[in-house]
Amino acid sequence: MDERRLDGNAIGGDLMELFGTEMTVAWAVCRSCGAHEQLAEMRVYRDAPGIVGRCVHCEAVLLRIVHAPGRSYVEFSGVASLEMRVS
Amino acid sequence: MAEVAATVPETPRTRTLVLDVRGWSGHRAGQHLDVRLTSDDGYQAQRSYSIASAPGQPLAITVERLEDGEVSPYLVDVVHDGDAFEVRGPIGGYFVWEPGDERPVLLVGGGSGVVPLMAMARAHNAAGADTRMRLLYSSRTLDDVIYREELGHLDGNGLDIVYTLTRGQPPGWTGYARRIDDDMLREVAWPAGDGPIVFVCGSTHFVDAAADGLVRLGYDPRWVKTERFGATG
Repeated sequence: MDERRLDGNAIGGDLMELFGTEMTVAWAVCRSCGAHEQLAEMRVYRDAPGIVGRCVHCEAVLLRIVHAPGRSYVEFSGVASLEMRVS
Repeated sequence: MAEVAATVPETPRTRTLVLDVRGWSGHRAGQHLDVRLTSDDGYQAQRSYSIASAPGQPLAITVERLEDGEVSPYLVDVVHDGDAFEVRGPIGGYFVWEPGDERPVLLVGGGSGVVPLMAMARAHNAAGADTRMRLLYSSRTLDDVIYREELGHLDGNGLDIVYTLTRGQPPGWTGYARRIDDDMLREVAWPAGDGPIVFVCGSTHFVDAAADGLVRLGYDPRWVKTERFGATG
């Protein structure tokens, strides 16, 4: 059992800062296996050098976020599409 | 910035901080906020804490001290009324319960994982909701039970509470005395056919065990909402 493994709730604040809106309820399609999940449900490791989010079904990397002083690097290479509610 | 308006000791390891945040937009039961501390040399440490208060009540978080943590020992042992620190939030929309939801609710909390569930129980009580709500709360010992007195008042008042004490039990204890397992879930959880919604919060190991067990009982995975706590404090 890996106690370092969290879920997408844990990076809700990071995502909100980057996107300016609540992102844990956004639906992501995994580019690797096609699963359709809310970002809150993905597996998150935040003690890597940066944040790594993985698909809860196939464990492919969905996204990486690295914070550095004054800037953040964001990569969503494993996400085929993102669907979010707009008001 | 949040200013500490009051502090409430809960257990030897936990403390509630009532916060006054200028411009706070209000929150939903189950959401969290991020606390960011900045040292004199500019070093920053950030942690997420669940909101314990119901919407409409004074904003409060409950923090558990994790030994060797960078943030939690400060929040549990050091800060006092009038101190201020940076917060961001409210955050989250997935692990959220709304009083208008008419499905039976099962709350499953391990240790300080009870905090966001307490916000839901308080919201349920404040709304006078008549939906069934049950809390299964796993704690090391009775002294580690957070909100023990208030839960005593809520128990039976629209909320059923079932405790399991995993490391030590007081004399005469007749409740559960083991980690959550499938047999316990079968005895405590609403029948899957009632279409319940579940919120499970605690350590990764705890959440996985409870959520997997509920799915084995026939619970719809879509309605078993999970939130995992990290081991860094």
